[in-house]
Parts: sequence; structure tokens; C-alpha cells
Amino acid sequence: MNAMSPLLRVHNLSHAFGSLLACSDVSFELHSGEVLGVVGESGSGKTTLLNCLSARLVPTNGIVEYDLRDRGLTDIYSLSEPERRFLLRTDWGVVMQNPRDGLRMSISAGGNVGERLMAVGARHYGEIRGTAEEWLEKVEMDLGRIDDAPKHFSGGMQQRLQIARNLVTKPRLVFMDEPTGGLDVSVQARLLDLLRGLVRELKLSAIIVTHDLAVARLLADRLMVMKDGKVVETGLTDQVLDDPHHPYTQLLVSSVLQV
Amino acid sequence: MNDPQRPSVQASETSQTEERLPVIRVEDLGKTFTLHVQGGARIPVFSGLSLQVAAGECVALFGPSGTGKSTLLRSLYANYKPGQGHIWLRHGEDWVDMATAAPHRVLAVRRETLGYVSQFLRVIPRIPARDIVAEPLHALGSDLAAARQKAEGLLARLNIPKAMWDLAPATFSGGEQQRVNIARGFAVDYPILLLDEPTASLDAGNRAVVIDLIREAKARGAAVVGIFHDDEVRAAVADKIFDVQTGALAA
Amino acid sequence: MTGTQTAAVAETAAPAAAETTEDGYNFAYLDEQTKRMIRRCILKAVAVPGYQVPFGGREMPLPYGWGTGGMQVTASIIGANDTLKVIDQGADDTTNAVNIRRFFARTADVETTETTGEASIIQTRHRVPEDPMTEDQILVLQVPQPEPLRSLEPREIECRKMHAYKEYGLMQVSLYEDIARFGEIATSYSYPVMVNDRYLMSPTPIPKFDNPKLDSYPALQLYGAGREKRIYAIPPYTKVKSLDFDDHPFQVQQWEENCALCGAEDTFLDEVILDDRGGKMYVCSDSHYCARRRAEGHSGKLSGSAAAAYAAAVGADQPEKGA
Repeated sequence: MNAMSPLLRVHNLSHAFGSLLACSDVSFELHSGEVLGVVGESGSGKTTLLNCLSARLVPTNGIVEYDLRDRGLTDIYSLSEPERRFLLRTDWGVVMQNPRDGLRMSISAGGNVGERLMAVGARHYGEIRGTAEEWLEKVEMDLGRIDDAPKHFSGGMQQRLQIARNLVTKPRLVFMDEPTGGLDVSVQARLLDLLRGLVRELKLSAIIVTHDLAVARLLADRLMVMKDGKVVETGLTDQVLDDPHHPYTQLLVSSVLQV
Repeated sequence: MNDPQRPSVQASETSQTEERLPVIRVEDLGKTFTLHVQGGARIPVFSGLSLQVAAGECVALFGPSGTGKSTLLRSLYANYKPGQGHIWLRHGEDWVDMATAAPHRVLAVRRETLGYVSQFLRVIPRIPARDIVAEPLHALGSDLAAARQKAEGLLARLNIPKAMWDLAPATFSGGEQQRVNIARGFAVDYPILLLDEPTASLDAGNRAVVIDLIREAKARGAAVVGIFHDDEVRAAVADKIFDVQTGALAA
Repeated sequence: MTGTQTAAVAETAAPAAAETTEDGYNFAYLDEQTKRMIRRCILKAVAVPGYQVPFGGREMPLPYGWGTGGMQVTASIIGANDTLKVIDQGADDTTNAVNIRRFFARTADVETTETTGEASIIQTRHRVPEDPMTEDQILVLQVPQPEPLRSLEPREIECRKMHAYKEYGLMQVSLYEDIARFGEIATSYSYPVMVNDRYLMSPTPIPKFDNPKLDSYPALQLYGAGREKRIYAIPPYTKVKSLDFDDHPFQVQQWEENCALCGAEDTFLDEVILDDRGGKMYVCSDSHYCARRRAEGHSGKLSGSAAAAYAAAVGADQPEKGA
């Protein structure tokens, strides 16, 4: 247990857009079953970091290694593009802030969930549909909507569908970019609850980008606080939020409105 | 509660040697807050604290408010990060320094070894009281039905009406929330328990239940560190008193 | 076979290279450099079955959607000794077919025919002939939309990556959607196929009835898309498999009736409305095939009187030719 090698290892990751350094010198390890929250205000480089980590943006510098099922820790950018794409639709999941980016809006809910299965070779309609139903139930969706397209769904339902679509291949690592952004508070609570349950039940590892400290507290085991592309503080979630050390983190924590 | 299920520190050793094994070793601990938001003000809380707590022993932290009792307790839980010193906890066969351990190690210690009853329940939206209590046990690998059964037993002992078990505690009164919180802290038979004023807002009846729970925990070999404002409770459970201001341990 | 045929493709127009027709156009309308460029693309397409090869499509003297892709392919491979047949939805006698046939008769001075067996090149829109084709023939198909993934994935770069990496789960999703909505795979034309176990391909809007014919077809199939400027090909005897699910296998359309004119039981039938009182008949979509059968003495339940009615309905004199 102690000497367990990490699931994801990031070493000196930097990314620049031209002369603009979006994230700089980020290093950390993520262990199996851990949920890492990345917090910071808009423009602090959170999303750029997430894109680099999830094999969707080649970083200017640094190494991202992932514990591939068949090869162990491997630099993901040494993989060929089809290998990376395969990873992204099997052992990884990416939940986008805007469901439009993560769902096929005019394909039925069942088709959206089934796509990943078909992408890895499932060719039995009945079984695909059965699995899709199972997952829709898990994310608390009405099975009567299985043949409806997500463009007719509410924001919360779209987000839940996006989660089901990502988890259907039982990924070990899920990346989430503001998964509750833009949702009503009550809808947000339900989604958080669902995510919390799924993360535990499936022993998922996750990296969650959010600017909402309450979301981070509820979902993340540990936090990384970013400012101007740099990680200014890391640690256990409750430690960072209850005993922040860096001036920026203290400002962030003290700026949260109390209800 | 039943026999201790964990093979950690207790029973066999106690019968052979009078001296019980220490499970907490605090060494030269110091904590200073630096408030950057307020012009970098430095607030020293304590320094140079050392403390040992053995299995089956209960130490009450003592001192006027503002002397750092809560800060020490939170440091033991790694909720606060002390600036100096070490907090060694017996975790299974290992010793883990909570002041320096990697987050995933700290989480493992919290999951398996270290229970913490905070002053206030952190309410999670939509989760019913029963599941809040059952969660730590379930997270340890116990199946959900068994964990819920144990949770129900604890809630019943702490006089939470059955009708409330299925409700999320957001709307509960302070005392009810506190009892749910206590039940959650006692759901797992942790070898080490930290209690931050567990009886603060409880009536006499429930206070007695909590005293019983603490005594049972001690009897199965748990080391307990707590803050008890209530003299009666402190007298009932504490073996030793630790003065946070002076760092002196008295019987 | 493939070798000799591709060699033929490369050389076929060579003897006519210097010729110009009386109208002042180059042989088969396109200039020799263009035809050579297109033939190179065709060779590449044959070498990578099912892969869409981009080509420098030219303006043709008719609008996109009227067969400009197929015409450029035909123009590039046709030689003076070829015999051309042109089919539009199975018929030799509709405007599109007649005009394209006339176009090549005029610009390349080639013989034309309506008989499948006599043609060396058959350019077709939306059908594969009912009569078998041979190794000595080439089938040229007009393609409106070469990209089978287009309606599912609007990004061209993403489509190309999906082809490159053989990521075809999405196509399967469209069939899933059919079953979810209609209880069966309702796609009845442009039914996607896998070519040579590698490339996903749209077989143009031929009815899926024709899909099984494409598998191990003796004749070379060339597909030309004028607007989208793509050429792809299926060499002779290549494996072509229609996508399906294990529990919803691929099926072709079936009719309860036979051809009303020639009585054929196994052809693709068109529904012809006869009057405004619900009267209708089903006839072979392949007009040449139907006519030949009738000439051989086969007849359907309406052959006598209805033949005239059909002729009136489609406004053609064609059925009488063989009768």
C-alpha cells in the first residue's frame, strides 16, 4: 500500500500560449482512488493544466506519466495519437463544463452512453442498450428518456448524462472541468452528491477543476491552489481550506460568502 | 460495542505488561498562524509541546480558551499544519508523522486509525443521517447494510428519533446535529479518537450516553484525546490532563 | 485481374491522347493533364480500397449533383474503343442518363449501349445493375456525399482522424439510433460498409438492396464525388461488409410482390403510381434488365395492359422496345 506507485505523475509541466505562460512548473502525483481539486480564479491556468494532463494539449514543457494497464507508468505524450485517443475513451473520462462539448446533442441518451461501448467493439444492440439503461439509472435519469436527445434535457440532466457517458467504460481516471458550473444550487447539490457516491463506489481517481471552494471541499481529497499559472499551495483539502498558508489562499478562503 | 476487531495495539500487551504501548507521540510541536490578509500578523499559539498517549488512555486537553486546545487537536488530525515538530501516530504496524506525511497517507490514517468528532457537523446536502453515520464504516470496506445497521444502533443510543434517520441533517437542531456527528465518529472502532467538545450542546441524558461510548472505546483499547468543557464529563473519562499552555501532563 | 485492369486504367486513354473532336474539345472533354491527375488518384484509390482520395475536381458543363464526379472519372478512363452505358436510378432513359450518354458520344465519340453485358464502362447513379458484371467491366458511381461520417461528425479534421485511426464506433451509433427509434435498422440507402476490413465507406445512395452485390464484385468500382472532390474505389473481389449488430443482422429490402411487368422475384422494385385512385404497380428499377426478361418471354401479372399504363405513367416508349 505505502510503496504503491502513483496512477498519474506530473513533472515540471508548463504550457505557454506564445509569450503567455498559462501554467508553469506544475509537479504532483495522483494515487489510485484519490480526488484532486484544482482551485483558483478564472485565468489562473486551471483549464490549460487540465487539458495538458488529459492528453488534449501538448504541453510546452514537462512530462505527464500515466500508469497504463498494460505498460505501467508511461509518458502519455510519447504515445501515438490513436493510443492517446483510445486512452481517452476507455481508461479515462473527461467531463466538460459545457455539456455541448461532451455530448452529442442530437443523438439519444442511450446512444450517447453506448458510443464508448461501440467504440471499443460492442456489437450487440441488446447488451449495449442494457448497459446504457444501467448507467442512466446510476445517474438517476428517468429511463423513459433513454431515446430522447440531450438537446431537450435540462442542464443538470445533461451533466448527469455526460457523467454516465464517461463512466460506462469503467475508467480509472476522470478529468472534470467545473462539473457543476452554471447549474442551479439545488441541481448542483444533487450532482455533487451523485459524483461523490460514484467516486467512492467505483474507486475512481479524479482531477476536478473548480473555482467553487465548497465543491472542492465536498469532492476533493486534496487541493492544488493556482494563481497566475503557478501552484501556490497544495495539501489535504481541509488543511488548505482551514489552515491556508499562502497569502493568496488565505485571500481566497476569506473571500467566500458564508450562507 | 462489541469486541475490538482491530489487531492493533491492545489486549494481548495489556495483560502482560503494566505499561501500555503509546500510540500517539507528539514531539516538540509548535504552531504559529501568519495572517497575510491582515498585514502578515503572526499569532504564535504554542511551541515545544510534547505528549504521549497510550492505548486505552484518555487525555483531556486543558486551558483557558484561546490557549490552543482546538489547534492542537486539529493538528493531531492534520487539519492544521504545525510549523515545527512531529506528530507520530501508530497506524497498523507503522508510525506515521501527521505533520509531514503525504496527503494520501494522512487519508489512510484517517480512514483506518484516526477518528475525529468535530464541534460542528459538516452537513452534506441530500445525504440522510443514517448514511452520514454509516459512511466511514462503509468506506473501510464494510458492506452497506451492515454499516447502516451499526449506524442505526448508534443513532438509537444517542436518542435520535427513528423518523429522522432518513432525513438530511441540514434542518436538525444543533444538539441533534452534534449527536449525528458523534455517532459518525464512533461508527468505526478507531484505535485513536479525537473529540472536540463532544458534549457541548447535549442534555444530561445524552451526555451520559457519550460518556459510556468513550469508556467503551477506552475499554477496547482506543487512545482518546479530547477537549471537555464539562467538568463532570472530564472527570468521568479522562485519565490525564494536559495543560496546553505549560505543556504539563498531570494525572 | 486487378493488375491488368489497373494497368488498363492507366493506359486506356493513351491512344486517343492526340485526338480532338470536331467540336474543338479534347477527347472526352477534359484535357490530358487533368485526366492523368485523376487517373493517378484512381490508382491510389484502388491501392487503398475504400479510402477517399482528394482530387483536383474540374468544372463540368453541368451543375454539381448531376454526376460531375462520375463524369470526370469516366472521362479519365474512357478510350475510343470503350462502350458506355449510363444508368440513372436503374433506368437508361431518364434525363440525366440520356444527357451523360450523349455527352460522351459527342466528346469521345464512343459507342453507347443500354445493355449491361455489352458495356465496358457503366456510369451509374444510385443503382448497381441487376445483371452480373465481369472482370472486364468498370462500374463508375456518382457520389453526392462521400463522407459516411459527415452527418454525425461535422468536423472534417475529426472525420479524417476517425478514418486514419479506424475509429468507427460513431457510425455504429447511427445504426443504434435507428433501432432505438424504429425497432430495426431503418437506413435503406447509403448504408455504410467496411471495405477490406479497414475503411468505412459510403456506397453512395444505392439502395441497401445492392450492398451485398458489392462484396467480392468482379468488376472494378470507382466512386467519384464532384462537389466534394473525392475519389474512392473498390478493386475486384474485395471484401465489403455492411455494418450491423449481432442481434440485428444486416437485411435487404423485400417486397411482397414481383415485378408487374417481367415477373422477376429478386430485383429491386420501384413503385409506380398509375392513377389518382390508389392504383399502383411495382416494376424493376433496372429498366434494361426488365426489358431483357420480357424479351425472353417472362411476364408479370400486369404485363399486357399495364405495360402501356406504365409507359404512359413514366412518359417513355422504352418498354415497347423489346416487346
